[in-house]
This record gives sequence, C-alpha cells and structure tokens, in this order.
Amino acid sequence: MATRRDSNGIPEYDLRLYVAGQTPRSVQAFANLTKICEEHLAGRYRIEVIDLLEHPQLAKGDQILAIPTLVRTLPEPIRKIIGDLSNKDRVLVGLDLRSAAK
Amino acid sequence: MKLKRAATPIRESTLPKCPTGIAGFDEITLGGLPRGRPSLICGGAGCGKTLFGIEFLARGAQEFGEPGVCISFEETSEDLAQNAISLGFDLKALERANQLVIDYIHIDKSEIAETGEYDLEGLFIRIGSAIDSVGAKRVLLDTPEALFGGLSDEGVLRSELRRLFRWLKDKGVTAAITGEKGGGTLTRHGIEEYISDCVVLLDHRLQSGVVTRRMRILKYRGSMHGTNEYPFLISQNGISVLPVTSLGLSHKISDDRISSGIAGLDEMLEGSGFYRGSSILVSGTAGTGKTSIAAHVANAACSRGEACLFFSFEESPDQILRNMRSIGIDLGRWIKKGLLHIHSTRPTTHGLELHLVEMHNLLEEYKPQVVIVDPLSSLITGSGENATDLTNMLLRIIDRLKQLGTTGFFTSLTSGGRAIEATEVNISSLVDTWLLLRDVESDGERNRVLYVLKSRGMAHSNQLREFLMTKNGVELREAYLGPAGVLTGSARLAQEAREREEESRLTRENEDRRLALRRKLHAAEAQILALEAEREAAALELKTAEIQNEYRRNSALTRRSEMARSRKVNSPSKTSRPQVREAGV
Repeated sequence: MATRRDSNGIPEYDLRLYVAGQTPRSVQAFANLTKICEEHLAGRYRIEVIDLLEHPQLAKGDQILAIPTLVRTLPEPIRKIIGDLSNKDRVLVGLDLRSAAK
Repeated sequence: MKLKRAATPIRESTLPKCPTGIAGFDEITLGGLPRGRPSLICGGAGCGKTLFGIEFLARGAQEFGEPGVCISFEETSEDLAQNAISLGFDLKALERANQLVIDYIHIDKSEIAETGEYDLEGLFIRIGSAIDSVGAKRVLLDTPEALFGGLSDEGVLRSELRRLFRWLKDKGVTAAITGEKGGGTLTRHGIEEYISDCVVLLDHRLQSGVVTRRMRILKYRGSMHGTNEYPFLISQNGISVLPVTSLGLSHKISDDRISSGIAGLDEMLEGSGFYRGSSILVSGTAGTGKTSIAAHVANAACSRGEACLFFSFEESPDQILRNMRSIGIDLGRWIKKGLLHIHSTRPTTHGLELHLVEMHNLLEEYKPQVVIVDPLSSLITGSGENATDLTNMLLRIIDRLKQLGTTGFFTSLTSGGRAIEATEVNISSLVDTWLLLRDVESDGERNRVLYVLKSRGMAHSNQLREFLMTKNGVELREAYLGPAGVLTGSARLAQEAREREEESRLTRENEDRRLALRRKLHAAEAQILALEAEREAAALELKTAEIQNEYRRNSALTRRSEMARSRKVNSPSKTSRPQVREAGV
C-alpha cells in the first residue's frame, strides 16, 4: 500500500476507531479525534468507526484488544493509539503529526 | 448439624468436573479440571504448560465432544499447530471440523501509544466471538501475562484480567490459563490471585544431567485431589502422568504358587516356589548370578505359557540370549512364540520417570504375568535421582504390579563395602521374597551361595545353599558345614569325596558280613540235608526190618500149621497164635 497523497503532495490519513457500543468513553474518544483532525488534518483525513459489538470478527484483523483503539492505516506504518484520546499531545505524537502541524 | 455433615461428601462428589483426557491427570484430580471455572496451569519455561492446554482442548474436541478455543498470546496458530503435531494432535483438522478456534493475539508495544482511559473490551469481544463461533466449552489462554509486556497500565490490566476470569466463569466455559513462574510467585505477574479454583504446578528439574518433569495440584477448591508431586512425561501420545491411584494396599492376593524354574530354589520355598503376584528381590554383589536366576524365572513363566516382560538395563536382548544359552536356557524360542519380550534400555537414556512411564505403557501393551527388572540398582546411578525418589517410584511400580496381579522379579546390585543385607534402593521392605546371593571366599576360591532372607507367608528354608551354574542351568547344592563354616567349592567336593569313601567302606563291610551270613546259612542247610538223608536211610532200614520180620513170622506160622497138620491137631491153633507172635517180636 502506497501512501496516498493529495494534490499538494501531502499525505492523506485513513483512521479507524474501534469502539464497543456507545459507551461514554467511545463517544469521548470520537469527539476528541474529530477535534484533533479538524485542527491538524482538515480536508485530508477519513475516519471509520467500527463497532465491535456489531462486527466482532473485525477485531482480529487489526489485533484489537483495548477499547477504544485508534488505528492509523494510512500513511504507513500502522500506528495504534489506545485510550479515549484525551491527551492531545500524545495523540499527535502517536499519529506522527507533530511535524505536520508546523 | 448432623444433616449438614452427612451432606458434605455428597457435595464433594457432585462438584462437576471436566475430564481432560490427559492420562493420569484425571485420576489425580478425581475427574479433571473444575467444570465451568478457570484453572491456572503454571510453571517455568519449557515445563509443558502450553502442551497441557493444547491436549486439554484437543482431547476435549476429539473424545468428549466439547469444542474449544485457544487464545494464544505467544505463538501463532501455525506454530501451535506444528507443535501439536508432535503430540499427535492435528489442530488444523479440528479447526476445519469446527471443533477448535485458534486465535493469535499479538500486542507490540512499539506500535501502540496510550492516551487516556481504555479497557480490554476488544479482547473480551474476540474471545466471546471465538467461543460463540464453535459453541466452545473449553478455553485455553496461553498466557494472558504477555499483555503486561504490551500494555503499560498495570492497574487497568489487573482489573481487566480479573474481570476476564469472572466473565469466563459466567460464560460457563472450563478455562485453562497458563502462567509462567516468576521469582517468588507462581506466575510472573501474580495472576494466581484471580484464579483460585484450581492451580496446577508443572515443573522440570535437572539432576545430574537428566530432566525430570513433575506435576503437583497446588490447590483444588471444593474437591479432594492427590497432593503429591507426580512425575509426568511428554511423549508422542501427549502427556502422561504416572497413574497413582494404585497407591494403596487393597490389591487382591493370590494363593497360587509359581515355580522359580530352579528345582532347588522351589524346594527352599516350601517346595512350590513363589506366590503369584508377589514381588521378589534378588540382591547380590557383582557376578553372583542374578541375571541367571532371572532368566530361569522367565523361562519357567514362558514354559507355563505365560507372558513375560524382561526389562534389561545392562544387556541387550541378544547378549542376554547368548549368555543364557551358555547355561542351557534357550530364551530365543519364547521370543519367537511372542511370550517373552525383552526391553533393553540404558538407564541414562532418559529420566527415571520416563523409564517408569515406559514400563507402565509396556505393561498395558503386553499384559505380562511376570515382569523382570534387571537390575533396579542401575536406575539409580543412571537417573541421577536420589535413593528416596527411586524408592518412591519403585513403590509405585510394585503397587501397580500388585494391582495387576503380576509377579515382579527384581535384581539389585549390592556394591562392595556395604552391609550385604542393604539394598541400594532400600526397597527390601517393599518386597515379599528376598533372595540373597553371596560370594564365599575360602581356600583360594570364590563360590556362590544363596539363601532366602525372607519370604512372606511361607515356611521357607533357612539354609545356605551353594549355587552352581552348570550347562543345564542353575543348580542348588546342599551346603556342607565344616569346622570353618559352610563348605563350598572344592572344600565341599573334598568333603563329598570323604563321604563317598566312607560310604563305600561301609558298603564293603556290609557286603562281607552278608556273605558270611549267607555261608552260615548254606552250612546249616547242608547239615539239614545230611540229617534228612540219615533219617530217610533209618526209615528205610526200619521198613526193611519190618518186612523181614513179617516174612519171618509168616513163614513160622506156615511151618507151624504144616507141623500141626502133620500132627493132626486143629482146635488149639487160635490160642497158640498170639503166643507165637509175642515170641516173634
């Protein structure tokens, strides 16, 4: 899988958020994620929310144990961030967005 | 109160158990792992935890119709399947048959960042979906402690693991959870705190270069269980724990007697030999003929048409056959007939417990009536076990044999410089009959003597007998007592010669006497004959005289009547006749 880039040559982000039902923590995580993405990746990200209660078999593919887990499938390499994404700085580091933000 | 007390054993027996199918384990635990509860299988690296779990799942699917789920945190499903093949389980086939799900859960700290709160619901969902996909009744988690390496929030992990075990319990699955032994605790991260229903401790120890595997049921809530350390073996048939239910003294005994194959020895044992099903020990120093006696026992058993299993720890089968041919015992024909099986292994090839498990397996396979172990004592030197371990294990073997009603014949080498009545392995108290072979040194030669040190339940001979190996097998000779003790070898031969001389002298004297008496008898008979002849002669003479007399009287009468006739006298003739006869006599 190659890194997908937009017209300006900046990589686009494919993100998956794994949750298990509409728990407060999941909702919190989704809210935190969209906020960060809008700030730093406006227009070049996609978020897919996967509810494992509905699709338990999908947990196997990305080796999901912890809930919630954010998986960055693109650009490579795959990165995983677990937790409710409440610490913004750590999310940015986890997504390799520290440099992109500047 | 009384009612409650009476109810206790019933509850004990109704605690539902889940048979593992692992040979011996279900006996120790009286049925298997606790059904519907998690059990901890713990031990050091390479002790067989994962294999235990895999066998639990595979046998559950194959033998008990209970599908299983294997959640592996350390090995991929391919690796697991590969490893299981060496135990004889085809996990891939079980997966295809929807009897098993293997899920490899991998967590790599380097690709994970943690931010904020999380739980392990994803793990629960994965396990849950795996369980539901095959309707699993058994679950193996191998080992969830790997999570501690991947996630840094130990507090969350602990509470989640605790929740996981409770959740498994609620699901009603029987779970085996493995854990690696840590310093001072049963598992590295102390998860035994959360699994308290049943804890199985596996262990392997290296002693003198030989590994011994052992298993112990550390705890089993709500059930009786064997508390000892049991040796176990991992072979191509999976794990076998030494069957230990045989430990006890409730075996049936037999009044039947079997011959030892040596007439002289049978004679010493009330003339009829050993009891069937008893254990016999022959001990002695090197070269005293222990194996030869064992060969006699084997030969006698096969002659009776019984199966005999011969464990040899010093000689190869061919060597035994050749050596025994030299004393006139042809064991080869029994092997051809399938009655005798010689199993030769070096004691050092594997640990003691493997030897014993192997013995158990062969006992199952051949079902012999007589088992010979030659010699027991080499097991101790070969295995690196200490004598106490060996004694314990032999106790198990002996008990097993007794339970099967099999006669056990053991030889034991006594090394020099020790009390001759002490066996290396201290099993003398376990055996029923103990024969002692000894060298007697005198007059520049070494001779063998045998005696029965003890033989339970019979009035055995207390004699020391000389023990000879001849072309026709072992012979026992009556031992001679001389002024210096028992006479053996040439001293005995000299004594025998003296006795023979004495005997022949007596015989000669006797013969002389007999002849003299016979002569006397003949003389008397001759005398009788002579007298008889004399008597007959006298009788004849007498008869002649009588005849002459008659004749004379007749002629006198004739003459007289002629005279009377001539004198013409008739009447007085009658009165005159007796007078004439009187005169004639």
